[in-house]
Amino acid sequence: MSFLSYLINGISLGSIYAIIALGYTMVYGIARMLNFAHGDIIMVGGFAIFTIVSTMGLPPLLGILVAVAVCTVLGVTIERVAYRPLRGASSLAVLITAIGVSYLLQNIALLIFGSNARQFTSVVTLPNLKLADGALTISSVTIVTIVSCILIMIGLTSFINKTKVGQAMLAVSEDNGAATLMGIDVNRTIAITFAIGSALAAVAGALLCSTYPSLTPYTGSMPGIKAFVAAVFGGIGSIPGALIGGVLLGVIENLSKAYISSQLSDTIVFSVLILVLLIRPTGILGRKINEKV
Amino acid sequence: MRKFVGLGLAAAMAFSLTACGGGSSADSGNKDAAPAKDAAAETTTGAEQEGGDAAPAAEGGVFKLGVIGPLTGPAAAYGIAVQNGVDLAIKEINAAGGVNGAVLEMNSQDDEHDPEKSVNAYNTLKDWNMQMLVGAVTSKPCIAVAAESANDNLFQITPSGSAVECAAPENVFRVCFADPAQGTASAQYIGEHKLGTKIAIIYDSSTEYSSGIRESFVAEAANQGLEIVADEAFTADTNTDFSVQLDKAKDAGADLVFMPIYYQEASVILKQASDKEFAPVFFGVDGMDGILSVKNFDTSLAEGVMLLTPFSATEEGSKAFTDAYVAAYGIEPNQFAADAYDAVYAIKAAAEEAGISPDMDASAICDAMKTAMTKITIDGLTGDGMTWDAAGETGKAPKAVKIVNGVYEMQ
Repeated sequence: MSFLSYLINGISLGSIYAIIALGYTMVYGIARMLNFAHGDIIMVGGFAIFTIVSTMGLPPLLGILVAVAVCTVLGVTIERVAYRPLRGASSLAVLITAIGVSYLLQNIALLIFGSNARQFTSVVTLPNLKLADGALTISSVTIVTIVSCILIMIGLTSFINKTKVGQAMLAVSEDNGAATLMGIDVNRTIAITFAIGSALAAVAGALLCSTYPSLTPYTGSMPGIKAFVAAVFGGIGSIPGALIGGVLLGVIENLSKAYISSQLSDTIVFSVLILVLLIRPTGILGRKINEKV
Repeated sequence: MRKFVGLGLAAAMAFSLTACGGGSSADSGNKDAAPAKDAAAETTTGAEQEGGDAAPAAEGGVFKLGVIGPLTGPAAAYGIAVQNGVDLAIKEINAAGGVNGAVLEMNSQDDEHDPEKSVNAYNTLKDWNMQMLVGAVTSKPCIAVAAESANDNLFQITPSGSAVECAAPENVFRVCFADPAQGTASAQYIGEHKLGTKIAIIYDSSTEYSSGIRESFVAEAANQGLEIVADEAFTADTNTDFSVQLDKAKDAGADLVFMPIYYQEASVILKQASDKEFAPVFFGVDGMDGILSVKNFDTSLAEGVMLLTPFSATEEGSKAFTDAYVAAYGIEPNQFAADAYDAVYAIKAAAEEAGISPDMDASAICDAMKTAMTKITIDGLTGDGMTWDAAGETGKAPKAVKIVNGVYEMQ
């Protein structure tokens, strides 16, 4: 029974990683850049919900909607101000800019909210699920997290495959130049990608803080890094890869905490990543692209 | 593609390294220290003018007392309490005629619970010509500062630095118990009051504070007939999710969870335990003090939590202090405020015993105070008949409180 409990908690943690990893993977797939500020957008989402729900006392659903709106606007603004001017610059310059944006967001949050931790009120108010006469208690947040992750995956996949905008995103990720020639507005497509990624980050923030209810300006940084690892693990650029990578990472992390050592879980997670990359450098579902010279 | 991912990974590693420090990098500390220094310089001149112009009590001079503690950051509840406690004691002492005819003056510096920043704070205070130091408040910064003050032979008394090494140099004394004493006392208390027999421990293996208490607790638990059924750790990087640790404690049938950790993590543990409907006795030590002040924390989760603390604001003996404190700072004092208050009164008693005067230099004051500290006995808020030995440790009996209806109840 305890194994099942560890497994379910691992899948729930992994689902959060997967939702965050989507943001990394989509932006990487389309704009060929690593948006390290992504983890901090989660934190902004968390604070937006905290302000609406706990400070102003409004319903949690409104909090999530406001957080999605705030994060979407923030993501698009960051893309417009910090990343678009660097579209032609070297990847290193973009990467460093992204790290700069990440610190900027953290420090702005530090200035506004201070570094004292806040206890986050869960946005999920359903009762816990009890199985086998109470031997196994699954918290409602866990179930909501897993279900949201599956819904988001289905929604996103059909969005990309069925809509014009989604097809444009695919086209830009295949070949930027050719997409332009076909009349696709590359800048607009990239902005939409950032908007979707950031909206997902807000949802991830709500789920993350509901499961682990401590909110500080640094809340997003460690999950952000782990989600990036999940994205690389599953194959960066691939949406199903983000799901598989995220869930695997969450399960490995929780099981190693339970059965090997609660201190060494991070060490094990990162060692698995190194192993996977040695064997399959493109990740589990990553495509091998032969770059033409 | 491959190169690109490699680059990203390298960046991720560098990034996670900085993230490990909880974002408290050294250069922001320097940035902070510069304006703080200016501010300190200003307060000094202000005080000297005042001292020269009026205030008859100031004719005897001014003893300069430095305070170092986390005034911002995750442990701010402690630092601010210490600052307030010192401030209140100084005001009372000065109003009652000062120490050896001289008044006390305080200058407090923020260390954000960071050892590097605490040394910056110490240097700032030295530039201010500090003569005695109350601090640092938390263990790691205190160890760093104690090494500096030992070099300078400057008298230091820490209200709450409980790691063994905090009071290792002979110039450093402390008001609270040392970690091993807290762990041993907790095990004894649990054993004597039969609070539980199957004990789970959740501790932070990345702080000396937590692992130090755990070690002595484990050692004493065997003598008390306590069975440790789960011994789980977490680190500063994994301090947001305790579901696995709690599951293991629950599966092992623990009836008491011992948490020698700070209140911030404890608040998350209590929340997650309630989600799992796991309700053993939770037993904490002084780091748990402050749990009721976490923003937006549902205090009903802390109902029934017990902690070892030498001070209770609701106790009869601390009523006068509590009233004065609430009137001055608007919140209830915690044990850190009481520790700091006692620290200043210990300084007063020792200074009168030693007969020091403000014109002596810091090193001469330190030599005189070191001997005087071992001779005094004071009845403080944190214990009656407090004494100190030459190693800087205090002798007093431990007390425990239980959280009932959102307030501490003395046991």
